[in-house]
Amino acid sequence: MQCLLLQDAFRHAPDRAGGAGRDTNAHAYLMLSYLLQRLGLALVTCLFISALTFIIIRLPPGDFVDAYIANLTASGSSVSQEQAEAMRREYGLDQPVLVQYVRWMGRVFQGDFGVSMVWRRPVTEVIGDRLWLTMVVSLAALFLTWAIALPIGIYSAVRQYSIGDYIFTTLGFIGLAIPNFLLALILMYLGFRYLGLNVGGLFSPDYVQAPWSWARVWDLIKHLPLPAAVLALAGTAQLIRIMRANLLDELRRPYVVTARAKGLSEMRAILKYPVRAALNPFASSVAYLFPYLVSGSIVVSLVLGLPTVGPLLLQALVAQDMFLAGAIVLLLGVMTVIGTLISDILLMWIDPRIRLEGRA
Amino acid sequence: MRLTLMADEIALAVRDLAVHFEMEQGVVRALEGVSFDLRSGRTLGIVGESGCGKSVTARSILRILDRPGRVVGGSIVLDPGSSGSTDVLALDPNAERMRAIRGGRIGLIFQEPMTALSVHYTVGNQIIEAVRQHSDLSKQSARDRAIELLREVGIPRPELRVDAYPFQLSGGLRQRVGIAMALAGDPDILIADEPTTALDVTTQAQVLDLLRRLQAEKGIALMLITHDMGVIAEMCDDVAVMYLGRIVEYAPVETLFAAPRHPYTRALLRAVPTILAKPRQRLATIGGAVPHPGARPVGCPFHPRCSEVIEGRCTAAVPPPIPPGQAGASCFLEVPG
Amino acid sequence: MTAADPVASAGQDRWAEATQLRLTWWRFRRHRLAVISLVVIALFYLIAAFADFLAINDPHATDARRSFIPPQAIHFFDENGFNPHIYGLRGVRDRQTFQLVYTPDPNRKLPVRLFTRGYNYNLLGLIEMDIHLIGVIGAQRGEGIFLLGTDQLGRDLFSRMIVATRVSLFIGLAGVTLSLVLGVLLGGISGLYGGWVDTVIQRVIEVLRSIPTIPLWMGLAAALPNSWSTLQVYFAITIIISLIGWTDLARVVRGRFLALREEDFVVAAELAGASQGRIIFRHMLPSFMSHVIAAVSLALPAMIVSETALSFLGLGLRPPAVSWGILLQDAQNIQVLSGAPWLLSAAVPVILVILAFNFLGDGLRDAADPYG
Repeated sequence: MQCLLLQDAFRHAPDRAGGAGRDTNAHAYLMLSYLLQRLGLALVTCLFISALTFIIIRLPPGDFVDAYIANLTASGSSVSQEQAEAMRREYGLDQPVLVQYVRWMGRVFQGDFGVSMVWRRPVTEVIGDRLWLTMVVSLAALFLTWAIALPIGIYSAVRQYSIGDYIFTTLGFIGLAIPNFLLALILMYLGFRYLGLNVGGLFSPDYVQAPWSWARVWDLIKHLPLPAAVLALAGTAQLIRIMRANLLDELRRPYVVTARAKGLSEMRAILKYPVRAALNPFASSVAYLFPYLVSGSIVVSLVLGLPTVGPLLLQALVAQDMFLAGAIVLLLGVMTVIGTLISDILLMWIDPRIRLEGRA
Repeated sequence: MRLTLMADEIALAVRDLAVHFEMEQGVVRALEGVSFDLRSGRTLGIVGESGCGKSVTARSILRILDRPGRVVGGSIVLDPGSSGSTDVLALDPNAERMRAIRGGRIGLIFQEPMTALSVHYTVGNQIIEAVRQHSDLSKQSARDRAIELLREVGIPRPELRVDAYPFQLSGGLRQRVGIAMALAGDPDILIADEPTTALDVTTQAQVLDLLRRLQAEKGIALMLITHDMGVIAEMCDDVAVMYLGRIVEYAPVETLFAAPRHPYTRALLRAVPTILAKPRQRLATIGGAVPHPGARPVGCPFHPRCSEVIEGRCTAAVPPPIPPGQAGASCFLEVPG
Repeated sequence: MTAADPVASAGQDRWAEATQLRLTWWRFRRHRLAVISLVVIALFYLIAAFADFLAINDPHATDARRSFIPPQAIHFFDENGFNPHIYGLRGVRDRQTFQLVYTPDPNRKLPVRLFTRGYNYNLLGLIEMDIHLIGVIGAQRGEGIFLLGTDQLGRDLFSRMIVATRVSLFIGLAGVTLSLVLGVLLGGISGLYGGWVDTVIQRVIEVLRSIPTIPLWMGLAAALPNSWSTLQVYFAITIIISLIGWTDLARVVRGRFLALREEDFVVAAELAGASQGRIIFRHMLPSFMSHVIAAVSLALPAMIVSETALSFLGLGLRPPAVSWGILLQDAQNIQVLSGAPWLLSAAVPVILVILAFNFLGDGLRDAADPYG
């Protein structure tokens, strides 16, 4: 069976007389170049996001200091002209935009994302756990998508036109049609109206403010299914269709007949061969599911009242608390890119053609 | 695992095999009462144009016929002479007994080496899987056996090639791998479904040589499906000519070529271009086209294209089938009266 | 030999001579679900065009006294026979909250008729009219038919939903058009010329695809100055949404161009000396037109949902504009919603439209390329 990448590549002795395909050194080189390519792309994307974020931060009229002053003035304190000037110099607001960007990025790399105007505390403090929780919910949704879409997709293809197939197809369409935040809204309403409870939130009331402990983790896990399911629904429906369509295609191919002709059981033959082949387009679709899930979690967490980054972002934007908003957008973007990169690497592991030839 | 059969003994007896395809336009009768024997150590050639039912026959024997195809009648008996004879059609296609037969007693060699092997697994992986399916060998022993098989089919440096992926091998090598895989279960019957059609002539010759050698060594009963009369002439001991799901002529190969009895066979032989023909001589063709099996002509299926059609008889009824085991043609020209 | 069947061969000729678009249309017609969806979408756009005519009450007219009125049913029969009417409203002071609450008054019947006079509007933006499809006769101030109830400010939800159709659907259309232009342009260049241009554009697309869109949209939308007019905001939102949507279309177009470039008929055209433009427009375009149409109809619902989501958050369109997202904003508060569940009714057209476009897109895609 498949070994891990590097072992596979280095298992043979180097054979220049045309052994099993190419040189092992060539294998490693191709894999490495593919990896570097994806890494480079990820870096460029992060840079791009940072630039966009910076634009967003700077878009509102007036500069940060003006807003800060306005905020302080509204709450009663005041800032003298010299203090304002000092702040301006400190934040480099008297410099050209490019310099400001570089200085901001410099600070970001040191972990300093600035100060939230609304909360009067460092941005990192305000964000706190929320970013991780966002990732947890998104990952849970991703996991759920895989866990549901794969088996159902396979089933639908193998038992095409059966009742199960029709039911799943219909459910799939419903899942596609209802936007996730609407679904969340409807579920909240139904839960409230008929069960009298608030189905939102990620923690029971006892654990909301509690420090982290295993019990709190377990509480979190217990609350994850609903938000994860709401987020995952549309993606799952989509992926079921993709898997079904691709598997139907693959089931017709000659190598499936070969597998059966060897005497393999139906299930073994299907799972090992056509499913494996259909897994490629499936996996590459999943790679770009992650940004969609993170995106979706923003709105869904607003409706369900989850302590993730979504509600905070909205608040920050409405209040024009730009450092906070910018930091959230940047961090979200970067984590999403990392997630996508990981799925890319996983894809490389799945398809031997990428591994051995450097391309799909 | 095969039983030791005497040479010439019947390994597989197919009687009156009938297969239908239920399509939305209606029922298509793909095979109508096909009968033949496969004898160990001998090669039976099945020849015919596309759509005549050759591949359907092969799939039916192995019980891997896809929906909407369905076997509706007949019998396929393994080891008919012995006490352990089994009608393959009576078995559940997915049950262990049938799966032991599939690959273990009857092996299948494919037409398209490019697509018959999965690109996601190494050649070795796929052969080892077949070996372990039909034996109790450990992983290491199975791997050794796989390398052995690759060597037998003439692949150079098999200990390296065993870890290659199919897309790293040439077409000829891939076809050999296909043969090795078919042999992995040590079958005594091999069905080769157009094994050389996708290959160039040189490779074709090599693969045919290989098949002949293997048959001689192991006493395998070979069923060779092809549309190439040259391959038939070179490889086969007996020939069955199929048309629209029926066997229209059955004869030992020399008889078939020397004295064909069915008008279709005669037309096929005439259509083979020969180097001995006069220059600028027109190629002979068989007029018309094979009708769709769903739109079968009334009476003898070949009569619309037949140059020796007998009005009244050929249009009215289907000619009687050839008695299994004997040479003959299913044609009213053969029937007195 | 069977004689050639004249009827069959005439049909075959028709089939052989049909253009790509015709063939696609014939294949499309067989997907009943897709055809139904087409009809549904056409209906929606008709509603959008004649929104004001179909609306009953002025969508912007507020009246605090009639807030949160539940949906009113039209009664079709009374003791006089067929006489569609609704009950008028009577102000009743709630015993507990001391608030004035409007409740239906069975003693006061208001006839409901077709083609009645209502509020003023401009039909298709040109003709000033005040005739509406359905209306009530003899309504006093504050009364009217509220088929889907009213919101907190006393505005008729039904009329607002109808009028919102116009905004939501046309933003979708505008957004998709922009995406289409960008997508076809960049995808076309990418597919036709290949080389480093293709690589660069491909990378750009990949970069854009790995960015989570909503946070960025939120950021951009929030940055729009408060001073901008509704229309300006409208356009800005459209542009923002279409800036990400073009990537999918570009990929489809690029894929098609790459495949078509290898086709023999294109090579033949090149060899015959046809100009680039002619090859693109006369030879390649018809081949991938249907794919593009399918991709567009699958991209539209995403646009509509994006606008709905943004407006739902309060970052999209701003009042007094009316869109489904803005209507759903009122439903955000669970306490409010449980008392007035009809506030969720704007979810229905959203879901219907998405379903319809998805079926339509699927049907078109299958018709365009049954093997693709």
